[in-house]
Amino acid sequence: MTGYSEKVMEHFHNPRNVGIIDQPDGVGKVGNAVCGDIMELYLKVAKEVIVDAKFRTFGCGAAIATSSMVTELIKGKTVAEARRISNQAVAEALGGLPPIKMHCSVLAEEALKKALDDYQNSKG
Amino acid sequence: MERGYLDHAATTPVAPAVLEAMLPYFGQIYGNPGSAHSWGGEARRAVEEARGSIAAFLGAAINEIVFTSGGTESNNTVIKGIAESNKARGNHIITSAIEHHAILNPCHTLERKGFEVTYIPVNNDWLVSPKDVEAAITAKTILISIMHANNEIGVIEPLAKIGAIARQHGIPFHTDAVQTFGHIPVNVADIEVDLLSASAHKLYGPKGVGLLYIHQGIKISPLLEGGEQEAKRRSSTLNVSGIIGFAKATELAADTMKTEPERISALRDKLIDGLLGKIKDTHLNGTRSSRLPNNINISFGGVEGEALLLSLDAQGIACSTGSACTSAKLETSHVLKALAIPHHLGNSSLRFSLGKATNDKDIERVLAVLPGVVDRLRTISPFYQPAERED
Repeated sequence: MTGYSEKVMEHFHNPRNVGIIDQPDGVGKVGNAVCGDIMELYLKVAKEVIVDAKFRTFGCGAAIATSSMVTELIKGKTVAEARRISNQAVAEALGGLPPIKMHCSVLAEEALKKALDDYQNSKG
Repeated sequence: MERGYLDHAATTPVAPAVLEAMLPYFGQIYGNPGSAHSWGGEARRAVEEARGSIAAFLGAAINEIVFTSGGTESNNTVIKGIAESNKARGNHIITSAIEHHAILNPCHTLERKGFEVTYIPVNNDWLVSPKDVEAAITAKTILISIMHANNEIGVIEPLAKIGAIARQHGIPFHTDAVQTFGHIPVNVADIEVDLLSASAHKLYGPKGVGLLYIHQGIKISPLLEGGEQEAKRRSSTLNVSGIIGFAKATELAADTMKTEPERISALRDKLIDGLLGKIKDTHLNGTRSSRLPNNINISFGGVEGEALLLSLDAQGIACSTGSACTSAKLETSHVLKALAIPHHLGNSSLRFSLGKATNDKDIERVLAVLPGVVDRLRTISPFYQPAERED
């Protein structure tokens, strides 16, 4: 029906890094005005390296899977490296997304950018 | 893994007796009913017998039944055909906000061509008020089209009252009965309709065949023109095997309708009560009192419908959702949006539609599986806030 890859389904059924981080160093909360999905991304950063990432998402299978994947992709990366992660990279890491679901990966990228901005702004 | 198909409003399996009735009409009785020779005659007699039995089931005359390719074609024919044949009389159509897209989209097309369409809103139970319909009538109204039962919410609309109003004003009245034909009594005299759409695959018949009931004297232009089959009302070689299957499915439905609604509505009520009782922040959409025996539509606060659907599918349970994420346009179902329910509840609905094969075990399995599924998704959800809506 949805044409999801096995990897998307695997991340949907077993999402990594679900939850929130107490006293996070960066938070990105975004919503998709069209479909109504909501994503929250929490970062813990030490010496410019993302040491922990967690998420909470209201959304479809693709939204949950892309949230899960983005947390996996950024953990252990520097803030500068994480900035270069695009929505395509998230979708590719999941073995691709159906065209109509690409906006879910855009939402993940937006949440990440916002969380990184939040980290850099609060750092001053 | 045990599997339970609870999406009968989407489609039903073809009943074995239906398939058996159809089979001779592929390789043995294959004549074109339009042919003058005996091969054609054989096929023609079978089609006319089928037409007669379906007409009797509907309380219609045999020449009032036109076979089509399904509900979508029947609905398109009504909206576009009545508009075309009555354009000298007027350019106004009345319908409801919760019709199937096979009604709404042709209406939008007519609006672009200068027609005016009134979309009657619904009350808190998704019911159309006959008074609202009457108030919308103008001197230019040429058609009223209100569905018999809604495909998502399952509410049964007060057709007899609307039909009486239409007749009083001399305006053709159409109903999309795709969800009710073969499930609850549908008699064209009782509900005072002039036009009615139905589809075989919703009642254990084959896909690709439907009907349009056209009351004698109703002027309607055809959608398809060509060989002038169906008394010029619908050209195209008749789908003989499909029509035979449709008639057989109708015959079976006439029988099962005597006992099935009672059996299935007990299962429906068990599932509604069970889900509302077991899972907090759940909301039944649509009234319980005027509802199809097989429809359950519930919103689960804070979790998204497609995520629910996928999780249930993984555990062998099929249902559907009105969530934006499963629609091609990424929009919440227009039926759910017709009422101002909170956004996250509109995208959080599941529809279970029960059928002949559904039994108590299927209901028990949903009740055993779904609480855990909702729980898991709520732990992922940032959005989950209990009871925003009072039922």
